[in-house]
Amino acid sequence: MKERTWPAEGATRVPYWVYQDEDTYRREQERIFRGPTWSYLCLEAELPQPGSFLTTFVGDMPVVVARDPAGAIHAFENRCAHRGALICMEARGRAERFSCIYHNWTYDHAGNLTSVAFRRGIAGKGGMPAEAKPESQAPKQLRVEAINGLVFGTLSSKIGLRDYIGPEVLPRLTRVLKKPLKLLGSYTQVLPNNWKLYMDNVKDTYHASLLHVFFTRFRINRLTQKGGVFVSADGAHHCTYTEMVEDSGDAYEKDGMRSAGSQGFALERPEVLEQVDEFGDRVAIQILSLFPGFVLHQIRNSLAARQVVPKGVDRTELHWTLFGFADDDAAMTKRRLLQANLVGPAGYISMEDGAATGFVQRGVAASPERASVIEMGGSGVGSGDSRITETAVRGLWQAWRRHMHV
Amino acid sequence: MDSQKEVERLHARYAHALDDDRLEDWPGFFTEGGVYRITTAENEERGLPLPVLYAEGRGMLRDRVASLRHANIYEPQRYRHLVSSTLAELEGAIVRSVSNFLVVRIMQDGQNLLFASGRYLDRIVLAPVPLYAERVVVCDSRRFDTLLAIPL
Repeated sequence: MKERTWPAEGATRVPYWVYQDEDTYRREQERIFRGPTWSYLCLEAELPQPGSFLTTFVGDMPVVVARDPAGAIHAFENRCAHRGALICMEARGRAERFSCIYHNWTYDHAGNLTSVAFRRGIAGKGGMPAEAKPESQAPKQLRVEAINGLVFGTLSSKIGLRDYIGPEVLPRLTRVLKKPLKLLGSYTQVLPNNWKLYMDNVKDTYHASLLHVFFTRFRINRLTQKGGVFVSADGAHHCTYTEMVEDSGDAYEKDGMRSAGSQGFALERPEVLEQVDEFGDRVAIQILSLFPGFVLHQIRNSLAARQVVPKGVDRTELHWTLFGFADDDAAMTKRRLLQANLVGPAGYISMEDGAATGFVQRGVAASPERASVIEMGGSGVGSGDSRITETAVRGLWQAWRRHMHV
Repeated sequence: MDSQKEVERLHARYAHALDDDRLEDWPGFFTEGGVYRITTAENEERGLPLPVLYAEGRGMLRDRVASLRHANIYEPQRYRHLVSSTLAELEGAIVRSVSNFLVVRIMQDGQNLLFASGRYLDRIVLAPVPLYAERVVVCDSRRFDTLLAIPL
């Protein structure tokens, strides 16, 4: 690997090679995604019955998530012990067992190899020697834990999920996931950039009201509104929130922000923004991230899990899964579907994220040795009541450097 | 003109308006309460209601256009719609129509991409002029490259 060094300024700089370097990408897969971290897999609601399964990814690793006949959820690498083919090629479904199509080697819901076709041959001819140990190449099995309807997995035996998330961010997660969930649908946004640029963006509380003009024009989220940020002790996870109180100030207009724009801009049909305070705490927006690649959002009454799946140094898939609660009435479901207009690839307030992060990937093409300036709010990592800060971004890089030994 | 031809002409005028960047004309292709919904074949097949984009009535369609013009940030881009295989059937006062579409997206640097393919499932009123009472855009793929700004 080429010598890659971190700038002398430390936490306030992020060098651009981290978004470009192939060796770094491969190391991330090993040290982060297959290392001592927890990755989001799916909603429990996506595995409604015994035998339900779906396929997903942990970093580059293809993964099967399945519910066994007793109801327990398992996850295992989608790689046959024999020749490495995908064991399961379907996106989702129900199965009593999984058989690799290549040579019909068969696995149970936990990914245990249960049969090898013609293992003893036929009529005393062919087959494997008695001492053969095909199980030695069995697919890796993940440790699985669920929190209030969200399923996570890890290859590491080191730490439990709740301890991994920590006391700063965990209550903000369970605040949203307070009842059984109901799946509303999903789609994928393909981002033309490194996965960490998306996580940077999510943790950047400073950009939201400046990039996302829709936010600011309609006073959905201005930094003058009451809000704050929580960062876990190790910097890895974060949560930011904005309260519902309508801002009537003119700080943006006085500072000449592009996002303030013309005064006369108003929606003909503002119900796309009308929120019911379903959690009873007057929080209008909460964005929460867990290292390395999970985001939970509450934007008014829109709720979603976003799974970040790296696809090479300069390509990322963002898998959006929108949900409500099982006991939502028709009016609440309608509200959530209307507010789906705010998020996703066509979202009034989400569409720009893919563009902005792609612009960074393109902008830094010739400058791997240069670095971004992450100095809003100083150089520390911690929680606070201002969102004009990059504390959570510094937290991301603190965690990343610890895992990567950079 | 028979209803098949009227419907094909409506689809063609709609496609040209979007491809020619006449977004302000777009709400006028719908009835006052017309519904426009983009979804994916996967969500439809699973019976899941999540839209990628949803508007009910011309007011919401105009809001989308106003936001694209004055709020949302996206790189300059154009679409080229190819609409084909329209089957229109009269059902009482409305026409049900299904068509295939391809949308190529052309960026300012010349990059063009097969951005979307799928079906238009329409309910159309013919009188006094042909308008969409409902246009459901069912995309074949669940993937969307970077962002979906201009309507399909």
